[in-house]
Amino acid sequence: MTMTDTPTVLNRLGRLMVDRPLLPLIGLFILLIGLLAILNPGVLSMFWASNTLKIAIPLAMLAACQTMTMLTGGIDLSVGTAATIAAYLTATLSPLIGVPPAIAIALASAILIGLVNGFGIAICRVHPLIMTLGTALIATGCLLVYQRYVIATGVLIPDFLLWLGTGRTLGLPNSLALFIPFAALIIWAQRRSGFGRLLYAIGANEAAARLSGVRVWQVHFTLYTLSSLIAGITGLLYLGQIKTASLSLALPLDLPSVAAAVIGGTSIFGGRGGYGGTIVGALILTVLTSMLTLMQIPEGGRRILFGLIILAVTALFIRLTERN
Amino acid sequence: MPRWYGLRRRYRGAGMKRWIEANTWTIGLAVLLVVLLMTTKLIQPDFGASGLDSLARAALPFALAAIGMAIVVIAGGIDLSIAAMMSVASVTGAVLMDGASDGQSVVIVLAVLLLGLAMGAVNGFLIVVSRVPDIVVTLAMLFVWQGVALLILNAPGGGAASWLRALSAGGIPGVDWLPRALVLLAFVAAVIWVPIHRSKLGLRLYAIGSDPLAAFRSGVPVGQTRIIAYALCGLFAAFGGLSVTMSTGIGEPIPGPYLMASVAAVVLGGVVLGGGRGGILGPILAVLILRTVRMDLTLLSVDPNVAAIIEGTIMVAVVMFGAVLATRGRRA
Repeated sequence: MTMTDTPTVLNRLGRLMVDRPLLPLIGLFILLIGLLAILNPGVLSMFWASNTLKIAIPLAMLAACQTMTMLTGGIDLSVGTAATIAAYLTATLSPLIGVPPAIAIALASAILIGLVNGFGIAICRVHPLIMTLGTALIATGCLLVYQRYVIATGVLIPDFLLWLGTGRTLGLPNSLALFIPFAALIIWAQRRSGFGRLLYAIGANEAAARLSGVRVWQVHFTLYTLSSLIAGITGLLYLGQIKTASLSLALPLDLPSVAAAVIGGTSIFGGRGGYGGTIVGALILTVLTSMLTLMQIPEGGRRILFGLIILAVTALFIRLTERN
Repeated sequence: MPRWYGLRRRYRGAGMKRWIEANTWTIGLAVLLVVLLMTTKLIQPDFGASGLDSLARAALPFALAAIGMAIVVIAGGIDLSIAAMMSVASVTGAVLMDGASDGQSVVIVLAVLLLGLAMGAVNGFLIVVSRVPDIVVTLAMLFVWQGVALLILNAPGGGAASWLRALSAGGIPGVDWLPRALVLLAFVAAVIWVPIHRSKLGLRLYAIGSDPLAAFRSGVPVGQTRIIAYALCGLFAAFGGLSVTMSTGIGEPIPGPYLMASVAAVVLGGVVLGGGRGGILGPILAVLILRTVRMDLTLLSVDPNVAAIIEGTIMVAVVMFGAVLATRGRRA
């Protein structure tokens, strides 16, 4: 491929998408809302907007785990399981030992999943995808065993989680009270903190990062532990939103969380992207899902579409970055 | 190509000692399996033909998945969509066979196998054309095939022809202790893999797994060979899906833990993640070992969920160990 001085339209679009991924994404988001308004006039309202936000927030938080792990060229497929376990433990332990200890145990279990992931990925150098799938498998088994022993104790969902999950203030969902500081922290950390920069450095060129003195295994270890902790917190929020303790509570969010990060412009190969795009990606997915529900597309069709979106966006990014 | 043929001749001309050296790992696995089976006999003194039969039947879908996975891993790839392709094959077979005559069901089985080949070829084609890494493409296709399976059949259902169900149940007439499922597995593996392994295609699979650039420079059509590897994986996934329908009599749209199990079996079976080395006998033995461990836990009346945790832990530990070995190998 020769580099020409006159950039083509595709070339420009490519540069735009790589440099400022937020602009085309927000454009796509507005386009989708417009399409939804045409499909179902009258659906757009303050209530709809608040509801969309409410649904998008847990997804966006799990997608934060994917964004951070993907920045280093990894992925975390155990987030759905970690979130589910945290939620289930909180709901079933609260009537037995009180709310604060229950939440402490729940988050500790989530962190434990992260520690195992971190050990396998950072020290044994297993591929993150295989490692996190494996821990998810083991953790689900543990949850099934645990469930047998607490089957009779009943379920208690702490009030403040209900407030956070389902309440509204001034027409806006209360979960924003958790999400806005969370998102601000992540966006600040990814650009300004040393840890955030290390994620980009490892993702861009792990060998170079290692040669510049980065202890790559420590970063990986911290990253996967942090990812599971975020997943655990998301599980608590999701518990307040769904209001039932189920063994597969957050599992359906696994795939969309990857899709949200990929759509948001984070490269699955690492080194490029950021959380801002992911948030818009989560919003796009939420609107897209409500559109598909409106058009009565079954669950199978939705999965096919999500899979194809991940593939198409990744292939597109590869083409665009090659041109630049 | 001459270089590769030379390599082959060297192995072929080697004596018994050479053969043992080249297959130490596989022989070790076989010994481990025998030890485990003897342990089983100690735990459960009346373990016999029926026990062996249920072991072989439980192992059949896992073993077929492991063969498919082994082929792509040998060719330097990985297929995360294998379990999802198995469900597509399982539900397609079960839906079409529901109420079909014996003659029709033979055609249906062949059609499902072709479908598997086609699904795998689509995976391979997308990897070659999009230039997106295999792990991402097959992750995306995992969701696509899952969706397809759910669209075909929303909940477990459908049926299976009676001859198909009889194919893997019980022993061989005359040799009662030999489970039919095991013979079926050996037959499928031998009929498909042995000719390929001995042909030019077999060498090409190992060549692109070992070093794609070197393979390309020696005139191997890398893209084409890669597509064939994934198509073969799809074919074995279809066999695996049919074997699920075979043993349960229905189609399962939600895939079992075949992905993790097949990766673990491939690693334990001596196929190096990264490609170019290993065979399919090792992974088959590894599957039998993992299944025997599971059976022993059941015989020791361990809670099935706890057994699942132990099995999962063993699989993860195996994969970790394999990764450590692979890293060592790269550094050396």
